[in-house]
Amino acid sequence: MRNLPPLTPMALIGLVGVAAFIVLAAFAPWFAPHPVSEVVGGVWDAPSADALLGTDNIGRDLFSRLVWGARITFVIAALSTAIAFLIGVSLGFYAAVRRGWIDQILSRLNDLMMAIPTLIFALVVLAVLPKNMLVLVLVMATLEATRVFRVSRAIAADLVGLDYVEVARLRGESWSWIIVREILPNALSPLLAELGLRFAFAILFLSTLSFLGLGVQPPIADWGSLVKENKDGLLFGIFAALIPGAAIAALVICVNLVVDWILRKTTSLKGARRNG
Amino acid sequence: MGGPPLADGIDTEIQAMSPLPAQKTSGNSLWSLLVKRLLLGLLLLWAVSLVIFAGTQILPGDVATSMLGQQATPEAVASIRKELGLEQPAPIRYVKWLGAAVTGDFGRSYSNRQDIAKSIAPRLKNTLLLAAMAAVIAVPLSILLGILSVLYNGTWVDRTIGLVTLSAISLPEFFAGYLLIAYFSVAHFWLPSSATVSDAMPIGQRLVVMLLPCLTLVLAVLGHMMRMTRAALLNVMASPYIETALLKGLPWWRIVWKHALPNALSPIINVVALNLAYLIVGVVVVEVIFVYPGMGQYLVDHVAKRDVPVVQAAGLVFAAVYILLNIVADMVSVLANPRLRHPR
Amino acid sequence: MADILLKVTDLEIKAADATIVDKVSFDLQKGRVLGLIGESGAGKSTIGLASLGHSRDGLQITGGRAELNGRDILQLSKSDARSLRGAAVTYVAQSAAAAFNPAHRLIDQVIEATLWHGLMSRAMATERAKELFALLGLPDPENFGDRYPHQGSGGQLQRAMTAMALCPHPELIVFDEPTTALDVTTQIEVLAAIKQAIATTGTSALYISHDLAVVAQVADEILVLRNGQMVERGSVDDIFNAPKEDYTRRLVSMRQSEKPAREQARDSLLSVKGIEAGYIPGIPVLQDVSLDLGRGETLAVVGESGSGKSTLARVVTGLLPSSSGSLRFDGKDLPRELAARTPETLRNIQIVNQIPDLALNPRQTVEAILSRPLAFYFGMKGAELKRRVVALLDQIELPHSMLGRYPAELSGGQKQRICIARALAADPKLIICDEPTSALDPLVAEGILDLLMRLQTEVGTSYLFITHDLAIVRAIADTVAVMLGGKVVRYGRKADVLAPPFDPYTEKLIASVPEMRPGWLDEAIARRPSPRGKQLKLSMTRCKE
Repeated sequence: MRNLPPLTPMALIGLVGVAAFIVLAAFAPWFAPHPVSEVVGGVWDAPSADALLGTDNIGRDLFSRLVWGARITFVIAALSTAIAFLIGVSLGFYAAVRRGWIDQILSRLNDLMMAIPTLIFALVVLAVLPKNMLVLVLVMATLEATRVFRVSRAIAADLVGLDYVEVARLRGESWSWIIVREILPNALSPLLAELGLRFAFAILFLSTLSFLGLGVQPPIADWGSLVKENKDGLLFGIFAALIPGAAIAALVICVNLVVDWILRKTTSLKGARRNG
Repeated sequence: MGGPPLADGIDTEIQAMSPLPAQKTSGNSLWSLLVKRLLLGLLLLWAVSLVIFAGTQILPGDVATSMLGQQATPEAVASIRKELGLEQPAPIRYVKWLGAAVTGDFGRSYSNRQDIAKSIAPRLKNTLLLAAMAAVIAVPLSILLGILSVLYNGTWVDRTIGLVTLSAISLPEFFAGYLLIAYFSVAHFWLPSSATVSDAMPIGQRLVVMLLPCLTLVLAVLGHMMRMTRAALLNVMASPYIETALLKGLPWWRIVWKHALPNALSPIINVVALNLAYLIVGVVVVEVIFVYPGMGQYLVDHVAKRDVPVVQAAGLVFAAVYILLNIVADMVSVLANPRLRHPR
Repeated sequence: MADILLKVTDLEIKAADATIVDKVSFDLQKGRVLGLIGESGAGKSTIGLASLGHSRDGLQITGGRAELNGRDILQLSKSDARSLRGAAVTYVAQSAAAAFNPAHRLIDQVIEATLWHGLMSRAMATERAKELFALLGLPDPENFGDRYPHQGSGGQLQRAMTAMALCPHPELIVFDEPTTALDVTTQIEVLAAIKQAIATTGTSALYISHDLAVVAQVADEILVLRNGQMVERGSVDDIFNAPKEDYTRRLVSMRQSEKPAREQARDSLLSVKGIEAGYIPGIPVLQDVSLDLGRGETLAVVGESGSGKSTLARVVTGLLPSSSGSLRFDGKDLPRELAARTPETLRNIQIVNQIPDLALNPRQTVEAILSRPLAFYFGMKGAELKRRVVALLDQIELPHSMLGRYPAELSGGQKQRICIARALAADPKLIICDEPTSALDPLVAEGILDLLMRLQTEVGTSYLFITHDLAIVRAIADTVAVMLGGKVVRYGRKADVLAPPFDPYTEKLIASVPEMRPGWLDEAIARRPSPRGKQLKLSMTRCKE
């Protein structure tokens, strides 16, 4: 899109970080020195040439597991965010545009879903569902969709009230044309920012679930599971568990930096100079 | 303009949170507004109980079979089903469950046959204590940081605070918790790494043991709360009446104290309410990290065991606390809003 | 010659990429009122605020002096400058409703500055505030201050803010467009109150406005500004009777045009009968509204805020279905709901809205905006489409280079012309103009009105013109309807409606429109039967602790 806001050093760091993560996830087989379950040394060995970050609680290469874990984290988080967005934005726009009782029902249902804290709801549901990747993605997507619905509905409701949308309606344009041509282009910035925020949240949420043992199940591991596996070492002075934790934090910080950068764009477009 | 801007979504989130209308009301309908909110909340709680119950019934396959796992012989399955009343249709089971729950009877756990309500009571107390401790530290601290950040908007103070909070919201709770343990327990033996409190403990020791989990919780919530407080305050500071106060020759501290804060109360309360969600979610993870005997650890343990009655009960209690806190926050927010307090 | 209270020399104020105030100099004598007049972007508000030593975010005072009683307020330390604000120099904002803090009572805010600067005790300040409330004509002056801002009307709040400005016995008050946001019938009351208050207390004032007619009623001298530069300065009489600059001349001769009366059109394009409509069922906004628009003519619907005129426009467009009554358009029944109308009907009824910023999609170029109706209604494509778009630009008198521009790059007047072109593109029989010039500067507004009239002559479009401004009605209307509280109180050909005998409201409305000559306000007040000229005994002595 034209006129992106100027790149600040912070935004650059964020973009580079996110890009590095995506590259790592996509080309995991090329980056990881060892397969994900291969035992290469003793329990919690110090870093060596063979195991760049040392070994984990069974002796597997921590670095390789980190790289493979990046892929899992990325796939689940990205997939659930994408699905959440598809559902949330379409329903949110639909509710804002149709108004009336459709809006009321959808909004009340959404409020109901949001009345239960996310983690609690996920725990309740995961108590009974099988813990495979598909279920995980769907549960996360459903929970995130509620927030996306609220935000996209608010954005669209603001835009629908504007005169140029009214002009299009009076022309007799169909609602789908109005949504695609009049509303969406003006909603892109805040929606993009929300996408980033949801992605960051998905990463944190997935890691938390895995840390609690209810997310990704062994032998597959995402970064949260890695923390869980290695946490006992902490009491012995083995800081292996902190590494995947730090990786999560670093990634989320980068995503937040990118989101902040995108948001500067929203303010620059609104401030048209007023003169005669 | 300095400092990282925030998602427009936050403002809409804050506004969208309360179902109350933003218009003027007459004297006695202020009361009716509050009563309406209370009733709405109760209705919501009932609906949530439905959702929770439904959530645990969506198991593909059979509860009894999955519970027994390897030992699922046909006789064992049949006897479990009889004992747990699983032959009855779902709506009847729901009504029975809800009816009992309202009187405080949550039934018995599948896994260890203990009375759930008796197990929950002390744990709920522990959890609320931990959460309250964290809130007491986090809320004033985040408001103070928010005010500082606005007073020094654009300066290095603002930017530093912004960076610190950005990191805080990006740290997963378990990372923060283990980081603190690594430093305070392992590297230096200042604080214990596990917080297994019991009622027999003296209050002093109890507080020391709870310090690390409390700090972890504070970190988890501080970032979000501070950012939203800052956004709400900036919003208020951009209002025209602030310029009026400036043009009256009032110094900054008086403008913030007398003119900005009274109007920021309502949005800040909304911010705090929004962050209660983070607090409740964070408490679960923190209890697991520090082996703290609260509701969170209780719930997580029994989710792993697929212990449905416990999960239902704990889920309902958590949701009830959350909804109750939101109702209180909404009502306080209404009372803090002069337009609603003093009708036309 | 009286002392000079405020002396501004070579004042220069810059924004990031432009000079807002370019070497402006003037002086103000004690006891006099200087009017600062100009269009938006002229820098008048900025100058007003600079007299208080204040500049808004993004603006910087880069040069010049502003000496109050010999002390340059721009050079003072922060605390010294603060001690002047709210005490020696006070400010009345454009929108008092927004300028008051909703969390505190009015009386507390009115006396706050006086107390803070230690000028009076609380008891004395409260007493003075109540006297000022009475002087300014506020209802129940003893208890008015106990109200909260949201419990007062726009006119009341504007007066309360004036009381707030007068309370500390200031030497100078800066009035920043204090009546711009008010209805015309409220404006005259507030103007009279302000004028009387200034005269009684002998305070000096800077009166800022874009409305020359209003400024003429209050000011002794006028300074005309344009794009941050001085154009002309003189006494009120000189400016009006012998303007030296061309720009000044144009400002003075505004609103003088009058559309000549002509024969009534033979057939009616739009017929509204007995319409009742509202947003909430059971609470009607419009009651029993009937009017008629002749083909090729202009029907002006005049009213103040809350009169229902905009609601009427929504009913005609179909956005708000009426609950009873009938509509006929072009010889056929017009369905109440938008969804029930044929595409042909939709094409024939177009609308031009009040605020051009909101009426254009910021992400579409001018070409895209104008092409869409042509493609949608007529299926035009390719070269033919382009030709027609260019022809439209010619019709609205904009250069072809505009095609690739985005709305943010255009001025308000240009944007409104695009909106008109968009409506024209459909080749409609009726264009509903909903206050299309209210948000524009007066000179720009004149240009838009001229354009609309020219188009009517060329193309024969009929206009349903919603407005609050009687001068516009004189300039463009053939038929006039006056609305009050959702009802039509007067309707007929323009010549009949604007000639006596009047109904009470129309009489009040016509009497409230400021005429472009000094002395109009004084005459209007003198003509009143009500005992307004009562002078109140004010404690003129300063009570310093």
